[in-house]
Amino acid sequence: MIEVMLKISLTMFALAIVISLYRIIRGPSIPDRVIAMDMIGVNLISAIAAISILLNTKAYLEVILILGILAFISTIALSKFIERGVIIERKRDR
Amino acid sequence: MVSIQLAIMVPFLAAIFIPFLYKKLPRIHIGWFVLIVPTALFIALARFIPAVAEGKTFLHTVQWIPSYGIHFTTYVDGLSIIFGLLITGIGSLVILYSIYYLSAKESLHHFYTYLLLFMGAMLGVVFSDNLMVLYVFWELTSISSFLLIAFWYHRKKSRYGAQKALLITFGGGMAMLTSFFMIYLITDTMSVREIISSIDTNHELFIPALILLLIGAFTKSAQYPFHIWLPDAMEAPTPVSAYLHSATMVKAGIYLVARFTPVFGSSEVWFWLVSSIGLITLFWGSFNAVRQIDLKALLAYSTISQLGLIMSLFGIGSIAHQLGVSENSIIYTQASFAALFHLVNHSTFKGALFMVVGIVDHEVGTRDIRRLGGLMAFMPVSFTIALIGSFSMAGLPPFNGFLSKEMFFEAVVNVSQSSIFSVHSLGLLFPIVAWIASVLTFVYCMIIVFKTFLGPYHPEKLEHGAHEAKIGMLVSPIILGSLIVGIFIFPNVLGDYLLRPGLASIFPSFPLDEMTKPISLWHGFNPALFMTIGVVVVGIIIFQIIRRRKSLYFPPSKWTFDQLYNSTLEQMEVRGFRITTLYMTGSLRDYLVYIFLFLIASVGGIFIFTDAFTFDLSNNAPISIYEILIVFAMLTAGIAIIFAKSRITAILLNGVLGYSIALLFVLFRAPDLALTQLVVETVTTALFLLCFYFLPKQEKENSPQKTKRMNLIVSILVGIIFVSVALSVHSGKLFETISAYFENAYELAGANNIVNAILGDFRAFDTMLEVIVLFIGGIGVYTLIKLKARKGDENIENQ
Repeated sequence: MIEVMLKISLTMFALAIVISLYRIIRGPSIPDRVIAMDMIGVNLISAIAAISILLNTKAYLEVILILGILAFISTIALSKFIERGVIIERKRDR
Repeated sequence: MVSIQLAIMVPFLAAIFIPFLYKKLPRIHIGWFVLIVPTALFIALARFIPAVAEGKTFLHTVQWIPSYGIHFTTYVDGLSIIFGLLITGIGSLVILYSIYYLSAKESLHHFYTYLLLFMGAMLGVVFSDNLMVLYVFWELTSISSFLLIAFWYHRKKSRYGAQKALLITFGGGMAMLTSFFMIYLITDTMSVREIISSIDTNHELFIPALILLLIGAFTKSAQYPFHIWLPDAMEAPTPVSAYLHSATMVKAGIYLVARFTPVFGSSEVWFWLVSSIGLITLFWGSFNAVRQIDLKALLAYSTISQLGLIMSLFGIGSIAHQLGVSENSIIYTQASFAALFHLVNHSTFKGALFMVVGIVDHEVGTRDIRRLGGLMAFMPVSFTIALIGSFSMAGLPPFNGFLSKEMFFEAVVNVSQSSIFSVHSLGLLFPIVAWIASVLTFVYCMIIVFKTFLGPYHPEKLEHGAHEAKIGMLVSPIILGSLIVGIFIFPNVLGDYLLRPGLASIFPSFPLDEMTKPISLWHGFNPALFMTIGVVVVGIIIFQIIRRRKSLYFPPSKWTFDQLYNSTLEQMEVRGFRITTLYMTGSLRDYLVYIFLFLIASVGGIFIFTDAFTFDLSNNAPISIYEILIVFAMLTAGIAIIFAKSRITAILLNGVLGYSIALLFVLFRAPDLALTQLVVETVTTALFLLCFYFLPKQEKENSPQKTKRMNLIVSILVGIIFVSVALSVHSGKLFETISAYFENAYELAGANNIVNAILGDFRAFDTMLEVIVLFIGGIGVYTLIKLKARKGDENIENQ
């Protein structure tokens, strides 16, 4: 029973990723695309969690953690890039 | 007796010490020390004469590369001793002459070092018995000749002449080397003496070896069409011209022909090539010599012409090999005898003439015939020597040239009546061409004497007033001049002691005493004598005509081999540049297209020709729906990247690809890979964004339609090839994997994680190097950012 549910949820996540992908490709503005990218990251976290239950292993917990951090960092980096044009600012004028 | 190996090495050793002596003893002209070397060698070689005259030969071997059969073997017989004596004898005279000719301001140590190098190399050529050693010395003569021609390297013409001589003689040397390899393949030996006995005339490489050897000999001896380098080599100092370009180096080709006559002489091709090229050279050289206005250029063309004469005589002589030992072949061995005789004669009179021209140049400041004249009253000794030399060259009675020219006429008349090698159809051409060439020879000999020393004297055209040279400068030409007369009076001394043993090495299997006649001063009223009388009469008439009507002697200067040579060099450069710029476009795209096309052609070609494509699904694992979905997402992203309008879209889509791969790693149960892939992907995306700021706005790809189509085709083909290779490799599994071994990671390495055990334990060496790669990458990035050229500095990267 749980296996069927996990598989259904995985399929849903995959569909969500595909839909987000559509938004990345077509997204009229860049913020649209960045949000879609973030969406994909979150969906991936959920999908990997489902997969690790399905495969009955704890090996992917680190992956989930890392993915969480990276999705956050990359969204921040992209947002900063859109806002200021740079990611890492230089020091103030010396 | 001194070992010949030592005799060959002495000039090289002396050449090493010359610069030291030059530094230590700046007051004494360095030439005096150099003079000792050839004089001592001449005496040493002269001591071989009695033994060689009795028919003895001397063979010495010093091992050099025994595993390849290459030994430094020297062989002393009649032929090599003639050349050895010429080289050392004329060498001594030339060095004596050069002591007075070259002033102490010249870089004398260079001059004498090159000259000694040349002398040693030339001795090596004539005494070597081993083909490879012969070739080594042969190229050494080319190199030292190159150095000597360009002795005054600040002159453009010297450099041009040196380059030309080097290119042509090296080309011939290469042909000769190829021929030597072929001879080695035929006979399986490198020794010239063994080759003579074991040559197989029916071997398929026999004719190619023959032709390539002759190309080597013809280029060195300035035979038609390779004669063009010799007139340009006249930019060298006159002692060099006298030594190299009349007496020794240009005779290396003659030596080669004489030495290999026993090997190839029985072939018809050999006879026709050697004798006809010789005759053409004889005619063409004398024809051109008459046109020259520079005395040295005139002498250069006359050298070409005389070398052609000697060559054609050796060609005629080779018929004797076909006929074998018989009564009929005596006239042909006599031709070879004449060749050797004229070889010695030519060295004497041409050396003397070059020295006289050098004296004229040295004392008056010009060699231009139009500015010279009436020097007889001022330079009586030089005039006398020039007269002797020219009349000897023209073939007039009281001089040695007369004897060899008579023998030459006899030989060509005889060969025209011969029936062998289907000579009869063209035979009449031999004496006619020879006679015309002799008339022209007579004419230019008259020009040397009459235009230079007789006629009106023009002091206003000369750089300084004419006067006789110093006595030291005259010694060498006087010796040569007296030799010219001496040989005429006692020709048989030379004939018996040197030429006859020399003939024995050209015809090793012949009983020598029956094959030669003594040289006679007077041999009755025969066709040769009437031909000589005709030469004199017609020659005087032509000389008078040319004197009055210069334009009659039409100068066809448009279509010459010089033009061909120059335009060939020019065209080679232009075409080479054009071809290089055709494919070396500097555009990375083009190079990538070449690389990919090569990959397609080689890998795809192998796939098609070996029919290696296999497709087997039976071993495949089942495919789940998630994998299909991810791959579908990746495909969409991949295709969308190509059509992305802005860079940021492309970067994001690239991120999608990377994350999808990480998800695939998760699905295929590779947690370590998934972790790393995620981190690396993020960092890469961040780096892309970092670069993004510095990049110009993305422009619409507007390359021509053709380029786009090409790109599409190439990329599709590369994709197809890689997919098919991957599928075929996957389907054709040859053996079991070795991964079972690594499953014992816990027992072997105490590790639960197999991947980490492999990276850190089983195959840690790779990991170390990967770390170093990252390290180098980091340092590289740091230096690229930090070590920028400051303002005003030169750009380091562009150096």
